[in-house]
Amino acid sequence: MANIKVLVAKPGLDGHDRGAKVVARALRDAGFEVIYTGIRLTPEQIAEAALQDDVQVVALSLLSGAHNTLFPKVVELLKEKGLNDVLVIGGGVIPDADIPGLKAAGIAEVFTPGTPTSKIVECINANVK
Amino acid sequence: MEIVDKLLNHSRLALSKAITAVENEYDDAVKIMTEIYPHTGNAYVIGITGPPGAGKSTLTDKLAKEYRKRGKTVGIVAIDPTSPYSGGAILGDRIRMMDLMADEGIFVRSMATRGSLGGLSQKAGDAVKLMDAYGMDVIIIETVGVGQSEVDIVKTADTTMVVVIPGMGDDIQAIKAGILEIGDLFTINKADREGTDKLNIEIEMMLELNPEHVGWRPPINRTIASKGEGIEAVVDSIEAHKAYLIDSGKLNDIRKKRIKNEVEAMLNDRVNRYIDKEVIQTQEFDDLVVKMQSREIEPYSVVDDIVGKVLK
Amino acid sequence: MAFEEIKAGLAKYTADVEAKLVKNPERANLVPNRLYTPIDLGENFDYMTKLGFPGEYPYTRGVQPTMYRGRFWTMRMYAGFSTAEESNKRYRYLLANGGSGLSCAFDLPTQIGYDSTDPMAEGEVGKVGVAIDSLADMEILFDQISLDKVSTSMTINAPASVLLAMYIAVAEKQGVSADKLRGTIQNDILKEYAARGTYIFPPKPSMRLITNIFEYCSKNVPLWNTISISGYHIREAGSTASQEIAFTIADGIAYVEAAIKAGLDVDAFAGRLSFFWNAHNNVLEEVAKFRASRRVWSKVMKERFGAKKAKSMMLRVHTQTAGSMLTAQQPNNNIVRVALQTAAAVMGGTQSLHTNSKDEALALPTTESVTIALRTQQIVAYESGLADTVDPLGGSYYVEALTDKIEKEAWEYIEKIDEIGGAPEAIAKGYIQKEIQDSAYKWQMEIEKGDRIIVGVNKFTQEEEPPKNLLRVDGSVGKLQAEKIAALKARRDNAAVEAALKALEAGCADESVNLMPLILDAVRAYATEGEICGVMRKVFGEYQPHTTL
Repeated sequence: MANIKVLVAKPGLDGHDRGAKVVARALRDAGFEVIYTGIRLTPEQIAEAALQDDVQVVALSLLSGAHNTLFPKVVELLKEKGLNDVLVIGGGVIPDADIPGLKAAGIAEVFTPGTPTSKIVECINANVK
Repeated sequence: MEIVDKLLNHSRLALSKAITAVENEYDDAVKIMTEIYPHTGNAYVIGITGPPGAGKSTLTDKLAKEYRKRGKTVGIVAIDPTSPYSGGAILGDRIRMMDLMADEGIFVRSMATRGSLGGLSQKAGDAVKLMDAYGMDVIIIETVGVGQSEVDIVKTADTTMVVVIPGMGDDIQAIKAGILEIGDLFTINKADREGTDKLNIEIEMMLELNPEHVGWRPPINRTIASKGEGIEAVVDSIEAHKAYLIDSGKLNDIRKKRIKNEVEAMLNDRVNRYIDKEVIQTQEFDDLVVKMQSREIEPYSVVDDIVGKVLK
Repeated sequence: MAFEEIKAGLAKYTADVEAKLVKNPERANLVPNRLYTPIDLGENFDYMTKLGFPGEYPYTRGVQPTMYRGRFWTMRMYAGFSTAEESNKRYRYLLANGGSGLSCAFDLPTQIGYDSTDPMAEGEVGKVGVAIDSLADMEILFDQISLDKVSTSMTINAPASVLLAMYIAVAEKQGVSADKLRGTIQNDILKEYAARGTYIFPPKPSMRLITNIFEYCSKNVPLWNTISISGYHIREAGSTASQEIAFTIADGIAYVEAAIKAGLDVDAFAGRLSFFWNAHNNVLEEVAKFRASRRVWSKVMKERFGAKKAKSMMLRVHTQTAGSMLTAQQPNNNIVRVALQTAAAVMGGTQSLHTNSKDEALALPTTESVTIALRTQQIVAYESGLADTVDPLGGSYYVEALTDKIEKEAWEYIEKIDEIGGAPEAIAKGYIQKEIQDSAYKWQMEIEKGDRIIVGVNKFTQEEEPPKNLLRVDGSVGKLQAEKIAALKARRDNAAVEAALKALEAGCADESVNLMPLILDAVRAYATEGEICGVMRKVFGEYQPHTTL
């Protein structure tokens, strides 16, 4: 009985949580155990929550444009805490041009507006054992 | 074991991974628990239960902060229900505790019921022991509702607090019976609402009628957890209960009884699993069922046979 | 024609159509009825009670007698990014190109009361709007823009009093007195708790700040719209049209109650309340929503609050086209969406309008895409004919029936919220958030199942090149703002700042004090926004959200 645990979090100051909440519910309905952390979090808070709940996936959502700063910071802090095998994915208003940089920084996949939630489920199932 | 050494050395990662091992029944779980057992028994365990919507997690959050103020380290095990439809769960407690994430003296772990509340009480109990071995002074275990299974979970606590809110109508009637015996203290949360006095009287009356409370009369506190009001008094009550248990020697009795219950549960669990694997899930058993259905044989001697073989 | 005759005709039509449905089936998932007739309005449809005349109660047909025949709506483009210098350029460009009002977008640290140097501001400075740390930035933002000539809307909520004070102080420096200032502050904290997230303080002190502003402006800045009660973000968060107006009007009721409780006369402030709607994709539903909202609000003001002045009963509204309906796929299609949404807002009778740019699902808009969005409004105004008569869809059987339906659904929600104890309590309990989330989830699942088609997203998709020429706000804005703050702190009179902040702190602790003059003093002394909000945070504490899923 090893259910997949996913932390859905919004780093930074952006309060637009429609997407994050829809994703959290869709992941629950896909059979995952979802920890939704709410809005306005620091990368440190997110990484620590990931550690305490020992999640396999951290899903970040951000629409304010601060993703290039905040997403890599979360990855960095997860590594610092010894969480080396956590799948980090991100979504939001993210221009295509930023995606290679985010991937290089350890964000496994980036989902832009219009992505069906089923794609996120597929991505998690394909990447978490 | 390396993970146990690290846990005892205050590695949060090791603590987290050890709880996962227990939760997911990994192969090394038993070995971890065996090794940490001598290091447990130091933490004071508080159980919090009450109906959904009573504000338990907000209250838990505030209690944890109050204990931190008093210099204690705090572990929290928060349990949320698994959806029977999808097998997924929303573990919602963390959300109210995000501002605790910067505090090294706090560790919060959410657990889903995963459809097996029975097995869960053991897992939750093990998570408590791991936090205990890690060195948390106080451990709060918070459950989802007021059913029998939740009652089993909070039974692993030294002090059990029942949280209720005014304006629940007849719901209070439904939960009365279950919670009456287990509440060492009662908290009326959202006490700025209409009906608080009435609820207070109702609980008083229930306690009057209950002969079990000799030596300790469960206090009724009022809180508005969302505003942080009344929290200090609740912690004072918990501490008073703790002092009472120590002075009266009852803490010793409770913990002895708890070990007995735990071992009994572990035995039952082991036997059940053994029977399931060796008996129920066999072709031989399926054949017996067919024969019973056609009335070739009857179940009573089947049970006798099996017990004779299994428990020789 | 007699009603009975229409009924008989309709019965025959329905029977004929349904007999042929097997051969000529209709599309699946159609929400409205097949056909609307006078029967849908009822035999006793009373024109005067339901519609009346433009500029008259219940304002269904519009709040002004001649609507756009006199003057078009205010074409107000929401803009702001990076530094005050950059945003000032964009504002002057928009005014030079026919924009008739300004609308300031502030970055998130400004909206949440943090200076650009605060650790919480990391990565966010200048991103979704302009970074304003002190009066010095505000002076640059409105450089060469005469504040007596322009009306300015500011999307600012929790620290609305601080930004309004900065605006007043800039006007003072330009020699413009406060009673000449026209514009709007959003100042709607309840929808921040429910849907948008830029709250700072708990409800009680937040409501006090709002009523302080009402009172101060009624005496000193009489032309200023003191609040823009916003359904826009509730809709963006996923609500339906009925929920949008219901939850927003419920918020409006809470503000009016708070102000009356604070001792204000309803007619002294109600005329300065304004609203903010979303213009969504379904054109006719949106038109009906605008009309229904005016009818509901006028009734609330007249019957519940006993307002006497006509102005107090008018729901005046700013509109923005739906940002969440823009697609990242085939972004040029967004131009068409925005044009239809614009048509809806205009036929709905909006007083001002912001049109989104085609690239906003990807980034902040470029000058070119903003220009197209502004031109869209101008084309609708000058070429489409939609603005040439008042309430052009009034009397349409479908639109009138839909107006009635939305009104009914809105009243049901308002009653439900009354039962819970009003909007603040419904938000504290998570009721409103839950209703919005359920609608959002339903919408998303409809798209994923293919029951709802979004062109370019789940139908008519095509491979495309990543778009080029997106606007980028580079990371140096944070550093630039930090340097500005350091320089400011070196040159200002720090003793004066300290004294002003001390006075503000004392005022915060005394509920009978109106905080506006104290905030204005601190602003004039060049205290930073973070310093001012920091003092208020210290006394008031911070809001703890109620989040449910």
